[in-house]
Amino acid sequence: MATVEMSFTPLPAHVRTARLVATAVARRSGVDEALLDEVRLAVGEACSRAVEAHQEHCPGEPVQVALSGAGGRFEVVVTDHVAATNGTPAAAGQPGGADPTGPLPVVPSELGLAVIEGLADDVEIARTKAGVIIRMSWPSADPDLAPPGERA
Amino acid sequence: MDLKLDHHSKDGIEVVDVEGEIDVYTAPRLRELLIELVNLGHYQLVVNMEKVEFLDSTGLGVLVGGLKRVRAHDGSLDLVCTQERILKIFRITGLTKVFGIHDSVDEAIAARRSEK
Repeated sequence: MATVEMSFTPLPAHVRTARLVATAVARRSGVDEALLDEVRLAVGEACSRAVEAHQEHCPGEPVQVALSGAGGRFEVVVTDHVAATNGTPAAAGQPGGADPTGPLPVVPSELGLAVIEGLADDVEIARTKAGVIIRMSWPSADPDLAPPGERA
Repeated sequence: MDLKLDHHSKDGIEVVDVEGEIDVYTAPRLRELLIELVNLGHYQLVVNMEKVEFLDSTGLGVLVGGLKRVRAHDGSLDLVCTQERILKIFRITGLTKVFGIHDSVDEAIAARRSEK
């Protein structure tokens, strides 16, 4: 069971709230202070991406975020309900070359995924028929947030 | 913190001062300002990001969009940023090779002048 679970309507204003909550839970889970900026940015990217997808395809559905601090890892799972075939090609998300003498790079809508992959210690992106699930984690000291039965 | 935007002219270059968080919620305001400045004929821009506390890919997209607009008029868009946590996202995305990133507004203006 996640330590904290959130569902929010797909509005950009709520992404900031999700970032703040995730950072607070990460800190409480014992994630090193030096990694908190990465957690904040990666969670923001995942939520922004989900909000954008929901606004386009299912604005009435909430975005879901689950935060867990156990087993020496702080894990974040962001779930949207937009199937991978709905404008989220598997090849998207690569930043591409940045040749200063060439044409400007096109910032893809999935640039956020590239940022997440560059930030999170461990990332898994699953594109399913039900939606996209982004699972990412960082090492944590795991002080006391795990359920009693899971504590070392 | 919300986003605060201001701009002023210095040595013929329009300097945009940005303070706060540039994210999916606030980035449209920066986009509107950059579009407005270009529409007013300001094609040499410096975006001062020294007081930016947070930048995500939406913000990067706005900056790239601004760069495209000024380049369409043979203009330029340089950045001022020394914060490691902000620079990191430019490095991850390879955009350090696209933008001129400087330590101060004066340095950015001087670099632009030297290229003319």
